[in-house]
This record gives sequence, C-alpha cells and structure tokens, in this order.
Amino acid sequence: MQREQTVMKSKSAISEPAPEIIREQKLFKEMGLTEAEYEQIIGLLGRLPNWTEVGIYSVMWSEHCSYKNSKPLLKRFPTEGPRVLQGPGEGAGVIDIGDGQAVVFKIESHNHPSAIEPFQGAATGVGGIIRDVFSMGARPVALLNSLRFGNLSSPRVRYLFDQVVAGIAHYGNCIGIPTVGGEVMFDDCYEGNPLVNAMCVGILNHEDLQKGIASGTGNPVIYVGASTGRDGIHGATFASEELNEGSEEKRPAVQVGDPFMEKLLLEACLEMVKKGILLGIQDMGAAGLTCSSAEMAAKGGQGLDLNLDLVPQREEGMTPYEIMLSESQERMLLVVEQGREQEIKEICDKWGLQSAVVGRVTEGNRYRIFHGGKIVADIPVNTLVDDAPVYVREGRVPDYYQAYQNIRAEEAFLDVSPQEALDKVISSINTGSKRYVYRQYDHMVRTSTAVCPGSDAAVIVVRGTEKALAMSTDGNGRYVYLDPVQGGRIAVAEAARNVVCAGAVPLGITDCLNFGNPEKPEVYWQLSQSIDGMAEACRILETPVVGGNVSLYNETKGEPIYPTPVVGMVGLVEKREHITTSAFKRAGDAILLLGETFAELGGSELQHALTGEVRGRAPVCDLEKEKALYKVVLAAIQKGWVSSAHDASEGGLAVALAESCIDGQKGAEVTIQTSLAPIVHLFSESQSRVILSVPDEYVEEVHQLAEKNGVACSRIGRVTQEAHLSIAVNGTRVIGSDVAELTKRWEEAIPCAMNPSSTLTN
Amino acid sequence: MRFAVPVFPGSNCDLDCVHAIEDVLQEPVEPVWHQEEDVSRFDAIILPGGFSYGDYLRTGALARFSPVMKGVKQAAESGKLVIGICNGFQILLEMGLLPGAMLTNDHLQFRCEMQTLIVENVETPFTCKYAPGEAIRIPIAHMSGNYFCDPSTLAELKQNGQIVFRYAGDNPNGSIEKIAGICNRKRNVLGMMPHPERAIADWMGSEDGKKLFQSMFAYWKENCGAA
Repeated sequence: MQREQTVMKSKSAISEPAPEIIREQKLFKEMGLTEAEYEQIIGLLGRLPNWTEVGIYSVMWSEHCSYKNSKPLLKRFPTEGPRVLQGPGEGAGVIDIGDGQAVVFKIESHNHPSAIEPFQGAATGVGGIIRDVFSMGARPVALLNSLRFGNLSSPRVRYLFDQVVAGIAHYGNCIGIPTVGGEVMFDDCYEGNPLVNAMCVGILNHEDLQKGIASGTGNPVIYVGASTGRDGIHGATFASEELNEGSEEKRPAVQVGDPFMEKLLLEACLEMVKKGILLGIQDMGAAGLTCSSAEMAAKGGQGLDLNLDLVPQREEGMTPYEIMLSESQERMLLVVEQGREQEIKEICDKWGLQSAVVGRVTEGNRYRIFHGGKIVADIPVNTLVDDAPVYVREGRVPDYYQAYQNIRAEEAFLDVSPQEALDKVISSINTGSKRYVYRQYDHMVRTSTAVCPGSDAAVIVVRGTEKALAMSTDGNGRYVYLDPVQGGRIAVAEAARNVVCAGAVPLGITDCLNFGNPEKPEVYWQLSQSIDGMAEACRILETPVVGGNVSLYNETKGEPIYPTPVVGMVGLVEKREHITTSAFKRAGDAILLLGETFAELGGSELQHALTGEVRGRAPVCDLEKEKALYKVVLAAIQKGWVSSAHDASEGGLAVALAESCIDGQKGAEVTIQTSLAPIVHLFSESQSRVILSVPDEYVEEVHQLAEKNGVACSRIGRVTQEAHLSIAVNGTRVIGSDVAELTKRWEEAIPCAMNPSSTLTN
Repeated sequence: MRFAVPVFPGSNCDLDCVHAIEDVLQEPVEPVWHQEEDVSRFDAIILPGGFSYGDYLRTGALARFSPVMKGVKQAAESGKLVIGICNGFQILLEMGLLPGAMLTNDHLQFRCEMQTLIVENVETPFTCKYAPGEAIRIPIAHMSGNYFCDPSTLAELKQNGQIVFRYAGDNPNGSIEKIAGICNRKRNVLGMMPHPERAIADWMGSEDGKKLFQSMFAYWKENCGAA
C-alpha cells in the first residue's frame, strides 16, 4: 500500500473524467459543488482533485453532512444540562436517567428519498436512525415518526401516504422495535415533498457509551454488515437539493433496506459493546463509507488508510467513486485495538454477518484511499470535516408576514355554529384518529409499552426499575409559517406539554428542521427566526437539544413547504403509578381547565377545515406561563390527584374534550363562562392549556396548587357515565353529541379519505 | 418446569417470552440458539414471534430447517408442551406439526391491536385455567395471520376440538372461521397468532395472557411434575 505515492487517475473507471476535464466542463456542479467550493478544494489540496476526490468533498460538504447553511444558526441552541452525557456531534444525544442508565435518542429526516420511492425511502429512514442509536452502544427500545403529506384527495398523495406508512411498518416491525408514537398532518404545501422524520430512542448503561472515533495508530478499521452496492450513490447530495421534474431519475439515489440484516447487525454490535471490544463505531449512513471513516479519523486527530479492494462488494467492477459514495444500508464501521480482530470475526460469524479489515488508523492527517494497489484519493482529513464552507445568509421578512399580523382570523367564523364546526373538525384528516396508521406498526413488541399511540405521549417502562420514558414528536408548520418565533416556541412547548401530561419530567429534545431552500431570503428568515423561538423555549423549559438533523431544500416546483421544525421530546416518569393518559376514566370526576383562552384562530384546525386557508396570527406562547403550567400538572399527577391529563392543541378545547371522551368512552357535561364568542372560545388554539379530570376530593387542592403557581384554573364540568358530550357556553347549550357518533366520525376520517370511491369529490 | 425459547436470527419476541415466564411463573427459562439441536433438557418449548431468517420466501419456511427444530420436533412427538406464537405458529405450520397454512392478511396490511378472543376449548394443557367460552383480550401483531385449511382439515379440527381460540368481533385478518389458534390432535402442540406474552400486566392493557402460562404449568405439574 505504501509504494505508490502519486495520486492516480482511477484506472478502472471507463467514464471517469480527468481532473482537467472536471474543471473545464465544471462537472463538479453535477455533484452539488459550487465554483467557489471547487476552487477552495484546489486550494486545500494544492492541485486539481480527481473524480473520486471531488465526489468525497461534495458529499462531505453537502448540507446533509456539513450543515453549511445551518451551522451558525444551530449554535444558538442550548446543548448542555446537568443530565446531558452527550450533546450534538455523535450518532445520537445521551441523557442520564439515573441508576447508571441513560436514554439515547435522535430524529432524522428521509424526505427526498420518500418523495420518489416512498416505501424504501421511509423504511431506510427508520433503519438509519436505529443504527445511529445502537452505534452509541444503546439498545433501541422505541421508534416514533413525524409525517407530513399533501391532501388525500390526490391519488399520488394517497400512494405516498400508504407506502410511507407501509415502509415504516415493514422496517420497524421486522427488526422488532416498537413504533410507539408520532404524528401525521396533511396540508397542500407538502403535496410533492412529503416529510418523513423518524426518531429512535434507546437505553444504555453509562459504561457502554460508544463514540465514533478512530484512535491508536496501526489499529484496524473493520467493516461489518451488508455488502456495498451501487444503491444510494450521492444520496446525501440528493437530499440537499430541491426536488424537480428530473427527481424521478434519481431513484437510484434511494437505498434499499433489509431489516433482517439490520437486526443481525444490531445484535452483533451490542454483543461487541457488552464485551468491551470497540474503540470506535460509526454507522455508514449518509455519504456511506466516506462520511463514517472521515469523521472518525478527524475526531480522533488521526489519518486513515482505506483499501477498497477489501470492502465487501455486491457488484463487480465498482469504481472507487462508487464504493466511497454508496449508501448501501446496514453497514457499520468499527475501530478496535490491534489483535482483537478475531473477537469481532467470531461475533460476526455467530450472527452470519460478514466482516473485513478494510484499513488502518495512521499517524498524521492523511485520508488515503487505495484501489487496485494504487492511491485513488489523498486528502487532509480535517479539510473534509473542519474546512467545509459555512454560509451565513441574508434573511428577509416575507411580505405575507406583515399582512397576516393585521388579520383577525376569528372574525370569519362568528356565524358558524359550534356543533357544525365540531362535526367538521373532528372528522378532518388532521384531527381524526391515526389508528389507520399506528395499527400497522407493531407498537407492543418488547413488552414495555405502557401507553400506546393515540394519547398525548407514548410511554414505555424501563424493565427492572420503577421508571418509564414518555416521548412525543410535535411540530405545527402552520404556526411557524405564520410566525416563526411563536411557532418555534410552540413546537418545543407542545412536545414538552405532551410528555408532562403523561406524567414525565421533560429531559431534552432532538429536532429535525424541515425547511425550504435557504438560499431564498424568506426561507432563511423562517429558519433563523424559528430557531430563535425554539432555542428560547429549550432554555426556559430546560430541555437542551442533544442532537438532530437539518433537511433543507424541501420544495416542489419552486414552492417551499411550510417551515416545519419537528421536535422529538423525551421525558422521565419517576414512578410507574404516575403514568397518565388523556382518556376520561371515572364518571363524576371534575373537569378542570388549566390556562387561559384567547381569540387565537390563526392557523387553527377550524380555519383549515372550514376554509382550507392558513392565515392570521399564530397563537402566542408565553414560556414562563408554560413552565408554571408544567409544574402544576406534574405536581398534581405525582400527588395522585389526576385521573386524566390532555393538552388542548389543534382543534382547541372542543376537540380536546371530544378526544378525552372518545378515548375513555365516557361523556362530559361542560359549562363555560366567557367573554369570547362560543365558537372562538371552543376552537381557539391558545397555548399552555391542559384539561385535567380530577376526583372531587382533590379539586380544591389542584385549585390551590394552580393559584400558588399563578396558573389559571377553572372547573368547567364533569365526566359522565353516559357517553354524551354536552357543552354550554354562557348558559346556552352549543354542542350536544353522542360519543358514539363522534367516535365514528373521528375513526373514519382517514379510512374514508383513503377510499376514493366514497370520497371522490373532484 | 424448564422452558426453552429458541432464538432464530430475526426472532424479536424471544426476550418477551423469557420475561413472561419469569414474571408469571418464576420458573427457569432459557433462550436457545437456533444452532443447538438438543433441547431434551427442557419440559416445554416456546417458539417466539418475529421474522425468523427474515421470513424470506414464506413466513416460517426457512426456520423449519434449522437444527433446533429437530429437537423441537422430538419434544413434540414425545408429548412435551410446544407453543408457537405468531411467527412460531407459522413455523409449526411449515413443519407440519400443525395442519393448514398461513396467508397474508386479507386487507394486505400489518395489523397490531388489542384483540378479543374466545377460548373455544379449555380441555388443553394451554387453556385449562380459562372458563369455557371465556372472552379474553390479547394483542395481535402480524402481516400473515390469515389461517387457511381445506374443508376436510377444518372438519377434523372441529371434530377433535383442535380450534382453541377464535377472534371475537370483526375478523382481523380473514382467517377461516375466525381461527386464532389451533392445537394438534394430542393437544400438546399449540399455535396461536395473538401474543399472550404481551398481556400479562395491568399496565400492558390486559392480564389475560397469564392464565395461558399458568395452564401450562398446572398441566405439567399434574402430569410430569412429580419427576
């Protein structure tokens, strides 16, 4: 390997252009590099890069791997806290949960692959995030997702929705990790660019925590898992550009997943972790072998030699460029101490996996790739990671923003009857039951699921302890579109509120920032402002950001999606008896509303369901109030005063009450006094509100607790055995619905929309 | 009573079954790697759910050839208790230890849900603690749970009391006569699509699966426990 010191043009490449041709014909542009970036590479190398090297730089400097557009903004997030063991920068974030255990979690997007190959795109999104978690040494224990689609009246959207859900189900079910929660929303802006964000949560013992690092000169670099094929080449670059008419042709950039292989890889890697064999481990995910090896070397302050002839390949005649950029799934890169190669091989043999020593850690900083006995790339490794360009762009307030600030959204609905509104909203596909989705996910495997999908947050118990973990994904793009600061705050606050309602202390978040093209000033403004809102919420609510992912260029035909930051929140339930759900449970319980209601219908589900529009002002989120609310809800739950807790969010009070009735198959008699119009009060989406049902004997204590913390608390009714929801406002009954009827509308919303023969309206 | 839980590459309910035995019976239970042929030291075998060998070709079709299944077959033939849950049921069908075959769910989707079952036969080692006709809640989670057999097999199953569980309410997968679980003629081998190991604690949403494991233990104690 040491003989050839000059960098050769790859001989096996039939069609690989020479360095001069790459420059003359600007071929680097096809790989997503700009002219300035290409010139920068020449400067760093002191010569023209060859085809393989241009490929390596282009993926390492893609937004997906380098965060070049978002890095300065991401620095605004608080990433530290007393419980944080590992913040952003590794495969996943790690937070202490006591007893020497920690929770590991991360969310990641697979939007573009899912837009053109929904089944495999979604499936491999799940596979990738699982690898991120077990490469930390953690046992993955739960999956969640956050999905956005266009309107189900479009056959293409129905196809995307159906196949994305099937793909997620396929991967998660087969590998045997329960998909316990998530959210799905539908809006026209996602028509051509669905969002598929997958989150994985794992648990580890502190001593098992792993890092993606290459250390110790001379130590072997070992490749484990599936063979490398031509699938997914340039996936990271593809993920970092807008979708367009030609995107279909990029189908080969989408990988194909094999959950069975990943199950074997998972078990084998965890066995290596338990035996303490590993020095470093990193998933070959985005940008495959390139990203994993380069990042590990850079992190270790070491160089790396890779011999591509030793890489297991599933196709013949692959070029170095193809091997380096392949995103074939279910592969892991390991570094172990010299002499322990056999131990790795034995574990891999047991699990029927192939493994191969493909390189060595070297002194210095050279990242050298060998193929056919020749050096085909020779790059200072730190330039791939540390010298990636960073763009601070100009933001501009979009025209619509000011216009919307002056609109009073509630005025359009003053003549609508609350009854009619509830019937419409409860059967909208956004509000309606997501059972159609989650019944396709195995959400009970591993027998730890205490709260199944459908409540505010999912809860899994930690075997052998009294602890449980609550988790939720949230992110309402409409609010962020109308007001990115408020919307950003709400994304974090709602996620926290959901885990609090389940009885958990919020621990931290992982975020997936789904935005349009950041080169557009309006989009950059949305990104920057919403990060401000989120960062502020994370600071005040004490939920640091421990990892995440940025997905930009989510546009179709030049139109950006709603700015959609998705927050994945994990909370710790200290005792199993604190686990709380949103379902009304006991007839006779008092229904208490914590928080205040204002005229806030901008971007509401009522507005969308009735008019199809999203306009006006987003609800305002007062973070200090939010924090006080959590304190009250948590304390009340921990004292055992609470039968059910449910946050009032999309669809407002009316929908929240209906949901608690439906979940518990109980009724409610509600009486509200308000200065607002009934329709406004019932469907306003004011933040920082939670509905509790509380046995009579604790009502006074909850009142006092709320008062002490400055949280408004009003008794608005009682739970009834007869399954009927009755709501009176200012003495007049405005809603009277049998829960059976509501259940039917709510349950049938999505199945009906998926069956076009019964819903064909256009 | 010693339980074995064979582990195939791709099994994913193996630990759940181990935990169920530990939690419900506090009896010794061991995962057994698929390469192991000898399972004669065990009194009962639980074939767990999952996707053995990726379920490529057909559900359970590859697992039947694994070394451990030779031992399982011997155990079944010698009258020891063998239960196959979900993928375990599919393997038992592929091996011919139980009659019939499994088709893809008629709605073509994976289905995971709490399911009400009717206990059709309580005179088996797996159901003796249930009441005749008892309605129990046990979750299902499968893509291929659409049980099928020819008319003469069905007639035999009925005649011999081999239909142990039926789905109550809507048929979740298209299974013939809503069959959820069957046993062999000797009644020492049971296959069922629902997961009793997922219904053994209040926080799981049901404890109705407990009695299945308790039945096995009671039967064993009465018939073999003295040994």
